[in-house]
Amino acid sequence: MIRYIGQRLLQGAFVLWAAYTVSFLILYLLPGDAVSIMASGDEQNAVDPALVEKLRAEYGLDRPLYEQYFVALFKAFQLDFGLSIKNGVPATQTVAEVLPETIKLAVAGFAVAVLLGSALAVVAAFSRNRWIRQTFSSLPPLGIAVPTFWIGLLLLQFFSFRLRLFPAIGNDGGQSLVLPALTLAIPTSAVIAQLLTRSLRQTLGEPYIEQIRAKGASEALINFGHALRNAAIPTLTMLGILVGNLLAGAVVSETVFSRAGIGRLTVTAVNSRDIPVVQTLVVLAAAIFVITSLIVDLIYPLVDPRINTARGAKV
Amino acid sequence: MTQQLVRETPSEAGSGTGHSAAAPETAVPVPPASDQASGSWAGSPWAGARRFLAKPGLVLSVLVLALVILWALVPQAFTQWPPDTGVPSSRLKPPSAEHWFGTDSLGRDLFSRVVHGSATSLAATAVAVAVGLVAGSALGLLAGSIRGWVDDAIMRVMDVLLAIPSLLLSLALITVLGFGTINIAIAVGIASVANFARIMRAETLRVSTAVYVEAARSSGVRWHSILLRHVLPNAAGPVLALSALEFGMAVLSISSLSFLGFGAPPPSAEWGSLVAGGRDYLVAAWWLVTLPGVVIAAVVLSTNRISHAFQDSERNRP
Repeated sequence: MIRYIGQRLLQGAFVLWAAYTVSFLILYLLPGDAVSIMASGDEQNAVDPALVEKLRAEYGLDRPLYEQYFVALFKAFQLDFGLSIKNGVPATQTVAEVLPETIKLAVAGFAVAVLLGSALAVVAAFSRNRWIRQTFSSLPPLGIAVPTFWIGLLLLQFFSFRLRLFPAIGNDGGQSLVLPALTLAIPTSAVIAQLLTRSLRQTLGEPYIEQIRAKGASEALINFGHALRNAAIPTLTMLGILVGNLLAGAVVSETVFSRAGIGRLTVTAVNSRDIPVVQTLVVLAAAIFVITSLIVDLIYPLVDPRINTARGAKV
Repeated sequence: MTQQLVRETPSEAGSGTGHSAAAPETAVPVPPASDQASGSWAGSPWAGARRFLAKPGLVLSVLVLALVILWALVPQAFTQWPPDTGVPSSRLKPPSAEHWFGTDSLGRDLFSRVVHGSATSLAATAVAVAVGLVAGSALGLLAGSIRGWVDDAIMRVMDVLLAIPSLLLSLALITVLGFGTINIAIAVGIASVANFARIMRAETLRVSTAVYVEAARSSGVRWHSILLRHVLPNAAGPVLALSALEFGMAVLSISSLSFLGFGAPPPSAEWGSLVAGGRDYLVAAWWLVTLPGVVIAAVVLSTNRISHAFQDSERNRP
């Protein structure tokens, strides 16, 4: 088991290194001249050649490419992704300052998404009324097709401006978290509901469900004691993708509600072409994905004893 | 897994014989088999049409998409109002028989702006899907046919691209590509390359182990003919189904990015920027945000429905 964890950690480290390299290639090499892009971030100001030269020397961009890359990589190992163009603060610090706000939002959004998504799936799979089943199974495709920013604006319009239940913008207190979290939760819950409904229907057709029923188990025990537990397992494997969805959703949700967080930081960093901050955010997203998939792989055998990920074998 | 393999092996043999039986003399006169062999769209046209009309959701989806494409091609046929010049006396009017979607703060007809904006939105979407489809398929085909370290290198890079949420990847690309509709389209396209590469590689591997490809190879057909004549046509189905799905996703991504302000500058009317333009009038004019959003959702819902129909017809292939 320890060997397996070590192996997975190595794989994770590889993905992180590759994500760093890919983002370095995209951000520093693709434009040909990252510095003039950064210096021209403000559209009002013309590019100042002296500033460009100074920045170029400062970022080491006058050296050969491989040297730039290895110097940058060596610094990245020490969590140094360079200074933010905007205010000269280390990019990692800029990100770390607003990260807790996004974690709060993502956790709240994910909790609501799991509850909402499971509820939709349970009704869609277990209801005896054909009409209810069909209505509930047509909701997830709708939730996936609807733009997140639109959901946010509609919630804002209805709950903040019409009913005046929640504050429209800002980060203060739990009240301000409700609508952004709901905005984040609706598309994610649609994905969860779709996966879980499919998995539940498949599970209900398994022979062992018939056997439990023949033994005289109640429908409630069959549905919630057996089917739901077994059907939840395949959904778990999608956790990495779902967390990625949450990050992408946070970009939109935080912009709509003017909340501080890494989502809005992404938008401002792209707007001011703050390459060090953008790169930090890309590597952070990859790190979150790596950690989530590692956690899923480690808890998977605990949830489903048939699967032994350490040996990579499915019995 | 083993079960799947067992089920797939005879099916591949089947499609192999289907190929040789495609010659007119040997075609067996059994209508259902023949129209299944070539997917549900071709074959006996009447059976296909009847099956299509039996699905009202699918019919509606095709109609929605056709309407939006017509909007993009001939916008002036659908609305009498100009998209960019407003009538100051009719500012912020709610939807009515005259202005179907109401008017904005400059007195411009919103429906006309949505109709005229569909050309930009759909063109950007088409560029995004084309970039993803061409680059992704080429990489997948390369990885799947050359194998070895080329395969490893390409697919590891694709894995890394999949580890980064596609919106974030698009945003990173926009940082260097710059703003504007074409740039966000290219960025969205590159962010979807990994999905296409994965499907194309899997299909290439599947087809190149099929009996008829082995036969072609052993009878001395050159590798590039095998790729063009056998691998590409047979891998096309799942890749096209993915394209339909990615089309919907691209509409969403492009409208999100233009909502965030990275699209074309005003007064250009793109669906996402129309919604963004209504943000300041949430209290006074609900229609400015709501109605363009309904159009985006309807288009995405329709393309997703059509993509599922594609996937179903793929699954029903013998």
